[in-house]
Amino acid sequence: MTRRQILKSRLLWAAPLALITMVGLGAAAKMRSPLPENLDLSLTRYSDAGVYETRLDTDMNPVSIGAMHVFTVTLKTRDGRPVEKAALTIDGGMPQHGHGLPTTPRVTADLGGGRYRVEGIKFNMPGWWTVTVHATSGAGSDETTFNLKL
Amino acid sequence: MKRSGIPYAAAGIIALVVLAGFSYKGGIFVNQNWSEEQKSLIASLSLDALPALPADPSNRVADDPRAAELGKALFNDRRLSANGKVACATCHLPDRQFQDGTPLGHGVGQTNRRTMPISGTAHAPFLFWDGRKDSQWAQALGPLESAVEHGSDRTALARQVAVHYRRDYERLFGPLPELTSLPDHASPEGNSAAKSAWPNMTEGEREAVNRVFANIGKAIAAFERTIKPRETRFDRYARSLQAGTAPNNGLSETEIAGLAIFIGKGNCINCHNGPLLTDNHFHNTGVPTVEGLPKDTGRALGALQVKNDPFNCRGRYSDAAPPDCTELNFMVSEGDELLRAYKPPSLRNVALRPPYMHAGQFRSLDEVVRHYNKAPPAPAGHSELEPLNLNDREVQALQAFLATLSEED
Ligand code: HEC
Ligand code: HEC
Repeated sequence: MTRRQILKSRLLWAAPLALITMVGLGAAAKMRSPLPENLDLSLTRYSDAGVYETRLDTDMNPVSIGAMHVFTVTLKTRDGRPVEKAALTIDGGMPQHGHGLPTTPRVTADLGGGRYRVEGIKFNMPGWWTVTVHATSGAGSDETTFNLKL
Repeated sequence: MKRSGIPYAAAGIIALVVLAGFSYKGGIFVNQNWSEEQKSLIASLSLDALPALPADPSNRVADDPRAAELGKALFNDRRLSANGKVACATCHLPDRQFQDGTPLGHGVGQTNRRTMPISGTAHAPFLFWDGRKDSQWAQALGPLESAVEHGSDRTALARQVAVHYRRDYERLFGPLPELTSLPDHASPEGNSAAKSAWPNMTEGEREAVNRVFANIGKAIAAFERTIKPRETRFDRYARSLQAGTAPNNGLSETEIAGLAIFIGKGNCINCHNGPLLTDNHFHNTGVPTVEGLPKDTGRALGALQVKNDPFNCRGRYSDAAPPDCTELNFMVSEGDELLRAYKPPSLRNVALRPPYMHAGQFRSLDEVVRHYNKAPPAPAGHSELEPLNLNDREVQALQAFLATLSEED
């Protein structure tokens, strides 16, 4: 067989296979927008500019849809010292849907030792959610985004 | 040649594996081997997943059976209306899922929105299409004074209770206040005569009448808490799926295909989730306006109203401590997304109750599903929907699935 013929016969194979694969994948892909692969679900993370190490403790595991949650945020400097009296704001949403949280959570108690109670967190759909903690203290202003899969 | 064919053969095998879970049924892929994710989504919609009734800390008598009994009588009592002809049950017909099957409700006059079903609303943090009330008891106060529903007023209502229900009322709430010296008709909300009489009452009198008014709502709410959804064909299917017994038990292939679309590419489960098939939040879905009805901004106005409602969870007539009012304390009260956003009703029994949407805009489920398929732009604000590109058979499958959510007698 010439190179050309080989190529031709490969294409003959490839076309229907590609079609079947596309139909198959299409059917699978349409079952809800898939979560991005390798989504980092860890609940202890460094803030974007590396100012803080932020930990999120959820009140339920797994976190449920529709319930009003109380989370605890623990804020440390990179060298592990608790960050006290920080000003925190919290928001979040669904990156794949372009909408925010259905509620407006906020810190309701400074628990001391760099721990803060956040109330009013709710998720109203299944899928990929983010929760972002914006922190300002003597150490600086920075934000940490957590991924949650519901 | 042989060697170079191997990758393509492998691709073919992969393609077949991908397709293995699907069988092709007249234009629809029927997924009979649910994935674990799909199974857990299906379980999340099942009645078995419904949590116990959440406590209502704002209503001390919420779970008192004597209050439920009094509430049931009040719910059905036409004497509470201005013309003696309208009860809650006039629009919320007990044998029609507590709704009336018409685009707009008919009381003393005509409402601007469609009557909502009541079953399961004890689980809803906000009531009405726009969520302008934050409890069942505060909700019940609205129609009593609305000019187009009962058309009554606070002193008239307190008198009716004193005449017809004194014993039952006082057993629950303590002695009724002295009413004989008060105007026949007075309220801050009613018609102009009632409105002008209200400020002439002393603050103590107004407070006492408000309390009776709130207690009427609390008794009605205790009754409404007993109105619960019942098992459907879908729930039995979901249970057998969970138990691993005969997965196709009870649902036809078309209905199963519809379920797959509901939890999959139809995106329905984004907003219609949980065992009541509503997320109890507010969404703009581009439902058209109705000519002749006043401008309706949905949640944009409802959010402001519930915050300022004297009968809300934080108000003086509530039995809750303000920190318990988490829904109200952490609600979103402004933003573009509130404009023409409405609460999705529970889809349980939906096939049995046309017309649909907040002013009965659609006459059939077919019109509803075609609306979602097309996802037209919203008349105001922005629709959250995107076109679905479902074919006719898929549109029908979705409707067939919705009918499996009906209770059978
Ligand atoms: C004239 C017809 C009419 C009467 C009478 C009436 N309702 Fe309604 N009901 C409606 C309409 C219309 C809505 C939706 C109104 C809106 O969203 O603005 C509604 C909404 C509701 C809801 C909200 C359900 C939900 O999912 O949020 C409840 C609960 C309810 N009514 C209970 C009552 C009670 C209790 C009474 C008697 C005190 C009553 N209704 C009297 C027509 C009526
Ligand atoms: C973005 C959120 C959202 C999505 C996605 C969604 N719905 Fe809805 N649904 C709503 C809201 C909000 C209403 C009430 C809208 C109104 O009255 O203006 C509603 C109303 C309905 C009703 C009418 C109920 C009644 O009693 O009037 C049906 C039926 C329904 N939806 C079915 C579906 C189906 C089927 C899908 C998937 C194809 C779907 N919905 C997707 C939010 C959504």
